[in-house]
Amino acid sequence: MDIILIKYGELALKGDNRAFFENKLVKNIKEALKGYDGIKVEKTHGRIYVECDGNVNEVIDKLKKVFGIVGMTVAKKVDLDLDAIYNAAIELMRSYSGKSFKVETRRPNKSFPYESMEISRMIGGKILQNVEDVYVDVHNPDIVLNIEIREKAYLYSGITDGIGGMPLGTNGRAVVLLSGGIDSPVAAWMMMKRGVEIEAVYFHSPPYTQERAKDKVIDLCKKLSEYGQDIYLHVVNFTDFQLAIYDKCPPKMTTIIMRRMMMRIAENIANKYGAKALITGESLGQVASQTIESLYCTNAVTHMPVFRPLIGMDKSEIVEISQKIGTYDISIRPYEDCCTIFVPKHPIIKPDLEEVIEGEKNIDYEKFIDSLAIDQIKIKQDS
Amino acid sequence: MEVYLDNSATTKVRKEVIDKMVDVMENEYGNPSSVHLKGYKAEKILLESRRNVAKLLGCETDEIIFTSGGTESNNFAIRGIAYSMKRLGNHIVTSKIEHPSVLNVMKQLEEEGYDITYLDVDNRGNIDLDELEGAINDKTILISIMAVNNEIGTIEPIEDIAKLKEKAKNAYFHVDGIQAVGKIELDVKSQKIDLLSLSGHKMHGPKGIGAIYIKRGVKIKPILYGGGQEGNLRSGTENMPGIAGLGDACRLIKENIHEYESKLIHLKKRLYDGIKSEISDVHLNGPDIDSGAPQILNVSFLGVRGEVLLHALEEKGIYVSTGSACSSHKNTESHVLKAIGLSHEYIEGAIRFSFSIFNTDEEIDYTIDALKDKVNFLRKYKRR
Repeated sequence: MDIILIKYGELALKGDNRAFFENKLVKNIKEALKGYDGIKVEKTHGRIYVECDGNVNEVIDKLKKVFGIVGMTVAKKVDLDLDAIYNAAIELMRSYSGKSFKVETRRPNKSFPYESMEISRMIGGKILQNVEDVYVDVHNPDIVLNIEIREKAYLYSGITDGIGGMPLGTNGRAVVLLSGGIDSPVAAWMMMKRGVEIEAVYFHSPPYTQERAKDKVIDLCKKLSEYGQDIYLHVVNFTDFQLAIYDKCPPKMTTIIMRRMMMRIAENIANKYGAKALITGESLGQVASQTIESLYCTNAVTHMPVFRPLIGMDKSEIVEISQKIGTYDISIRPYEDCCTIFVPKHPIIKPDLEEVIEGEKNIDYEKFIDSLAIDQIKIKQDS
Repeated sequence: MEVYLDNSATTKVRKEVIDKMVDVMENEYGNPSSVHLKGYKAEKILLESRRNVAKLLGCETDEIIFTSGGTESNNFAIRGIAYSMKRLGNHIVTSKIEHPSVLNVMKQLEEEGYDITYLDVDNRGNIDLDELEGAINDKTILISIMAVNNEIGTIEPIEDIAKLKEKAKNAYFHVDGIQAVGKIELDVKSQKIDLLSLSGHKMHGPKGIGAIYIKRGVKIKPILYGGGQEGNLRSGTENMPGIAGLGDACRLIKENIHEYESKLIHLKKRLYDGIKSEISDVHLNGPDIDSGAPQILNVSFLGVRGEVLLHALEEKGIYVSTGSACSSHKNTESHVLKAIGLSHEYIEGAIRFSFSIFNTDEEIDYTIDALKDKVNFLRKYKRR
């Protein structure tokens, strides 16, 4: 029987809310592992244990996507029987890649008839006999094999890093503006990591953007959903609105005005579905619409907090995260900027809020927002 | 209405061909190499298909080898000759507007030490015969030129090239006939072609099947080794449903090729005339309307992005293709349109219409209306 001991550091600080966070984490772990037979998740004394029968590597991979887990230790749990302990030790050692090792034994259960040092020595001897290409080094070993003799014997070595963060669903809901590029899915993921459940909105402008661009956003949602939630994607048909902006607004302001419209629409969706914040992938100064003046103008249309987790990050740092979380390869499919036609050749870099408000006065945007066609697509986490 | 005008990408499989293939899968599923009756029956079908392909090209049955498609045929022809002729020379002549399944093989051979000449083309897409003559030398072992260009429909002067080839001591002449077979009349004997590639799915046959004509006596090395099928030149258990389908597609075309050719020309001209009279600022890319391949029409709509127009037409059920994938990714601009000297603005607005015998006048008229509508609309929203 394999046991995975879950460490979840930060949650311990949460005082009265602790039980809520822990219970949510347990629930999320169960959800992540629901496809496997023979899984038991238990919470005792500030520790969460996952018992599993085989598949331990697959289970660990799943747990690596559960927010709130800081580290995992895989232990084998066997009967208090020397042969069983030997076999488990040999099996574990064969699964590790290091060469030098030592065995460390603790024996809280004094009814076991051998002393710690003795046990270590006996197990070490068996490993040397049965595992090829390993040797003992008590000072600087690659592997420390820990043995704990309790009501059963537990064997484990090392800690696998978890993803960290807070259990998904412990910090409310927010709407992320997803473009299909590299940044916005990373922003979404970073907020999910802080426990925020997301709802996504994508602006689709056929024939200027194509179906494959929409599929890309669906695939990004699918990737994000692997981190523990079903995602509702709201696909806004934006063509007419964009053409109206083109017709009725000063050319150099079309981008900033479009951004303001997107924020209004996203806020509308957020209100409708109980979300309390917006998430964008903006990074200060990256493009004309992400200068401090532009952000001031886009921010002015919403009353909700706007989370911009990438605001202080370099592109290379964002790329690194997107590669780590698996969205990069989807984001770089070449269907993104097919609505360059609407990007003015000389966009305004330091817009003035008054002027922008003046610039959009000819658009009856409330009417537009009310009449938008929005498709809702549910993206299930294991589809 | 659905109007499929992307027949140079692929064509709809004919009903007769599908029936034939289903029969082969359901009933005559034997392996032609098997000794028993089931195998014998399959061998018969194999032979019949080979005969149908040979008839269409005007060659002998044993000069046809089945492959997995156009790409394999081109790879086989070029590599096969390059390796078998290695001792006699290392120089190959081709053009700048060949299909990637030719050009990328050439690139690979360059890395292996072969010397490749890429001929320029004029603004109609034709190679210059004087330039070809000047390029041929004692070391030339292969000339590989397409019969019909897939993007603009230029028909290259096959007979003239074949004549010039005689000036080289040891050269073979390979023709990429993938867009030509079944569209214009070919006769590999009178046109003195040594090798010719063709593909099933460009002529209402199935995907995953193609063939290559290899003249008797041509020295070529296989690129696939195994059980020795196809006269030891192309090992692998025969793709029988595909082969049967290809054979039937060839037979059906051979019976009607003149009728088909005039129908395609009629459709092409009808669309072009309509575009010219209804829409301003259009430009015909490639050969003159009377001299190009019957099934390909390439037109630039200035001030419109081809990709956006493509998707606008798609909203109307009309399917075409473009000369560049997306204007923000310049490297995807067509090498053919660049080679005929088109400027960026023309390339950006280029649309390829490619016809099949299943298109109708009504479809063409519907397309003209849609084009007029969409082009005028899109021109209002230029980047500014």
